[in-house]
Amino acid sequence: MPVNQNNEEFRPVIVAFCCNWCSYAGADLAGSSRLSYPADVKIIRVPCSCRVNPMFILRAFEKGADGVILCGCHPGDCHYSTGNYYARRRMTLLFSMLDFIGVENGRTRVEWVSAAEGVKFSETMNSFVAKIRSLGKNVRLGDLRCKN
Amino acid sequence: MQKIGVFVCHCGSNIAATVDVKKVAKMALKEPGVCHAEDYPYMCSEAGQSRIAAAIAEKGLTGIVVCSCSPRMHEATFRKAAERCGLNPYMVEIANLREHCSWIHKDMEEATEKAVILMRAAVAKVHLNTPLQAGESAVTKRALVIGGGIAGIQTAIDIADAGYKVDIVEKTPSIGGRMSQLDKTFPTLDCSACILTPKMVEAAAHENITIHTYSEVEKVSGFVGNFTVDIRKKARMVDMTKCTGCGVCQEKCPSRKTANEFNRGLNTRSAIYTPFAQAIPNVPVIDTESCIKFKTGKCGVCAAVCQAGAIDYKQQDEIITETYGAIVVATGFDTIKLDKYGEYAYGQSKDVITSLELERIMNAAGPTKGHLERLSDGKAPKEIVFIQCVGSRCSDDRGKPYCSKICCMYTAKHAMLIRDKYPDVNVTVFYIDVRTPGKNFDEFYRRAVEDYGVNYVKGQVGKVAPQPDGSLLVQGVDLLDNKQILKKADMVVLATAIEPNPDARKIATMLTASIDTNNFLTEAHPKLRPVESPTAGVFLSGVCQGPKDIPETVAQAGAAAVKVIGLLAKDKLKTNPCTAQADELLCNGCSTCANVCPYGAITYEVRLVNDHGIREERRVASVNSALCQGCGACTVACPSGAMDLQGFSNRQIIAEVDAICR
Ligand SMILES: Cc1cc2nc3c(=O)[nH]c(=O)nc-3n(C[C@H](O)[C@H](O)[C@H](O)COP(=O)(O)OP(=O)(O)OC[C@H]3O[C@@H](n4cnc5c(N)ncnc54)[C@H](O)[C@@H]3O)c2cc1C
Ligand code: SF4
Ligand code: SF4
Ligand code: FES
Repeated sequence: MPVNQNNEEFRPVIVAFCCNWCSYAGADLAGSSRLSYPADVKIIRVPCSCRVNPMFILRAFEKGADGVILCGCHPGDCHYSTGNYYARRRMTLLFSMLDFIGVENGRTRVEWVSAAEGVKFSETMNSFVAKIRSLGKNVRLGDLRCKN
Repeated sequence: MQKIGVFVCHCGSNIAATVDVKKVAKMALKEPGVCHAEDYPYMCSEAGQSRIAAAIAEKGLTGIVVCSCSPRMHEATFRKAAERCGLNPYMVEIANLREHCSWIHKDMEEATEKAVILMRAAVAKVHLNTPLQAGESAVTKRALVIGGGIAGIQTAIDIADAGYKVDIVEKTPSIGGRMSQLDKTFPTLDCSACILTPKMVEAAAHENITIHTYSEVEKVSGFVGNFTVDIRKKARMVDMTKCTGCGVCQEKCPSRKTANEFNRGLNTRSAIYTPFAQAIPNVPVIDTESCIKFKTGKCGVCAAVCQAGAIDYKQQDEIITETYGAIVVATGFDTIKLDKYGEYAYGQSKDVITSLELERIMNAAGPTKGHLERLSDGKAPKEIVFIQCVGSRCSDDRGKPYCSKICCMYTAKHAMLIRDKYPDVNVTVFYIDVRTPGKNFDEFYRRAVEDYGVNYVKGQVGKVAPQPDGSLLVQGVDLLDNKQILKKADMVVLATAIEPNPDARKIATMLTASIDTNNFLTEAHPKLRPVESPTAGVFLSGVCQGPKDIPETVAQAGAAAVKVIGLLAKDKLKTNPCTAQADELLCNGCSTCANVCPYGAITYEVRLVNDHGIREERRVASVNSALCQGCGACTVACPSGAMDLQGFSNRQIIAEVDAICR
C-alpha cells in the first residue's frame, strides 16, 4: 500500500552518487548556472560510477533513503574507459532485485550526465525528486532489517 | 579519535546569503571529534588559510573539513595549506556548500539544513581518512615509437628535437609506411616521395634517433616512466655494418618470382630485396622463404657478387631489451580484404583494382613505370569508373561501419590526375556522399568536377560484370535522376575501406592499451585527451587511432610528441595515492579484480600470509600503484570484499551515506 501519495509536504531523503569527472562537474555547472533543484538531493562524490558498490545503495535504503540515483559519464566517455559499463550492468541487476523486494524501480535510477550538462543535471534531479515524492516514503528496507 | 576542525566559508555572499554559516559552524561543534569550528568570509584567501594554519597548530588538528566551493575548485589549495602546516594533505575534505547548495537553493532554512548535512557527511568521512603518501617513480628518458610510417617518423623527430632519445621499431625492412607507396598527395598534388624522403633521412641521421627496421616488439612490462621492452630484430642475412647498398645482389638474384608487397603484388621481386629505391636503411633483406639457398642449399649468388662481403646466411634473430619512459603506438593501417565483395569482380578481373594499387600503377617506380594501363592486356583504358565507399559506412558485417575519411579526397585526386595526364580518358565516380571537410578540400573536389570534367554520379554500383571482350559492365543507379545506369568501362577502381593494421590488437594487449570494436586504439578521452591512451605512458599517433589523412596524421604525431616530452621532462612522477589495495587476509586470489581493471594494474603473487596465527602461502592480488588510476572498478567486483580504494574506501562512503540518511 503506497503511503503519502503526491504529498507535497513530504521531504524525501535522496542520495546522488556522482562520478568525479563528468556528473559531479555537471552538478557544479548546474550550480554555477543557478539551475535549481530540491534540497532533498545530497551528492556523494565518487571517482567513477564503477566505484559505487551495491552495498552503498542497500545501506542508504536501510538507513532511510527514499531514493538513490547514480550519475556517471555517458557511455564511451568514462574517464576510465569502461567504468560506466560495469556500473550499468551492476545497477540493472541490483535495481531489479530491489524492485523484487519492494523498493520500486522508480526509487532507483542511473543517469548519464556530462560535465557540460548542467541543465540535464538539474532537470534529472527535479524529475527524480518529483517521482520520489509521488512514491512517498520508503519503508521497505527499513522494515525488513533485523531490529532486535 | 581524530581532532577535527571545520572551516565554513562565506564566499563573500555567495554562500552566506543563502546559508546561515554561523549556524553551520555551531552545529559542527556538536559532531563527534570536532574540536574547532569557525566561519570566515574567504577561506581560500591568504588570511583564511592562515586561520586554518593557526587552528591546526593551536588545537593539534588531525583532520579538517572546509565547507566552501566545489572541491574541483579549491581542494588542491586547502590540501597544500594543510601540508604546509605538517598535516597530511589527504586529511582534508571539502563540503560543497556553494555549487551544490547555496547557488541552487533560495530558502535559507532549507539551504542551511542541507549545508549542515553536507558538513556532517564530510566530517564523517574525514574521521576515516588516513594519511596517504603520493609515491614517486623515476622516469627513463627514452621513448619507443612502434611503427615507422609518417606518424611514427614525425613523432620521433619531434621528441628527438627536444633532446630525448627515441627508438623506432618498424616491422618491414624500411621506414616510410603507406605514404611511401603513394604517388601524389592531395590537396596539393605534390609527389609523396619528395616530401617523405627528406623526413626519413632526417630521422635516420638524427643523433637522438635509433631505428630498428625488420623488428617487432615482443614483450612489454613495467609502467609509465619505466617500461621494459623486448625487441626482436629479425635476421636480415645481410650485415648492416658492411652493406654499401649497391644493389648488385638484387640484380643477380635468380629467384625473382615473389609477389612484390610494396607494389601490392602487381609485379614480382627478387628474394633478396629492398622494398623501394629510397628505402631507409638502404640495406636489403633476404626473404628466406623465397631464397633458393635457404630452400635447397644451392645458390649463394648474392654472397658471391657482394663486394662488401655483407651477406651472412648464418645470421640469427636477435632479442634486445631496452627501457623506456613512454611508448607511442603508430602502427597505421591497411586496406580491407575484398573477398566478401564478389559483386565488384575484384580478383576475377585484373582490371578491377583498389585505389592503393592505382597509386602504384601511377607511380614511375611502380609495376607499369607510371603508365596508366590495364593489367590484363597492357592497353590504355579509355573509360574508368571509380566506386567510392567500398566497405566503408557499411551496415552489414561485410564491411566497416565507419567512414574511412580519406577516400573521397584521394578519389578526386586520382580522377584529376588521370584527366590531367590523359585528357581523352573519361572518368566516372560513383559516390554515396562526397565528404570534403578540410582546408582547401572542397575546392579541390570542385576542381575535379568543374575544371577537369570528372563525371560524379550519386549512387551505388550493384555489380561489375567482366565481359567476353575484356571490358567491364558496371551496373549502378543514379539516385538523383532515379534511373539505372549501365556503363562499359575498361578499368574499375575501388576506393577500399581502411582498417587498423592487423597487429593493432596484439600491440594493444601487450601494452594493456584499449582498442575499440573496429580495432582502432582508444584515446584516453575522445575530446580532451585525443593522443593519450587510457594507459598512462602510452600515446597514440596516426591512423592506428582512427582514419586520417597525412596533414592530420602529422598534427597528431606532433601532439603525441608533446605529451611524451612533457612526461620525459620530469625526473620523477608523483603517483596518485588514491589507489586500490587488497587485504591479503580476505583475498582468495580469484582474479575477478584483475579482469575488470582497465589498466592491468593487478597481478598476483604468492605471499606468506599470517592469518590470525596461521602462517601459510597464499595467492593474493597485488595492485601496482603506479598503474592503478583509482577508478574503483575492482573494489566492487571483488566477491570477498578484499579490495578497497584509498581515499574513497567502503567505510568512508558508507559513513557519508549514513550521515546523509541520519
Ligand atoms: C589509396 C590511398 C591514397 C592516399 N592518398 C593520400 C593523399 O593524397 N593525401 C593524404 O594526406 N593522405 C593520403 N592517404 C592517407 C595516408 O596514407 C595516411 O594518412 C598515412 O599513411 C598514415 O600514416 P601512419 O603512419 O599513421 O600509418 P602507416 O603509413 O600505415 O604506417 C604505419 C607503419 O607501422 C608499421 N607497423 C605496423 N605494425 C607494426 C608492428 N607491429 N611493429 C612495428 N611496426 C609496425 C607499418 O609497417 C608501417 O610502416 C592515402 C591513403 C590511401 C590508402
Ligand atoms: S582501482 Fe581501477 S585502476 Fe586501480 S586496480 Fe582497481 S580497477 Fe584497476
Ligand atoms: S577480486 Fe578480491 S578476492 Fe579476488 S583476487 Fe581480487 S582482491 Fe582477491
Ligand atoms: S569517470 Fe564518470 S563514469 Fe567513470
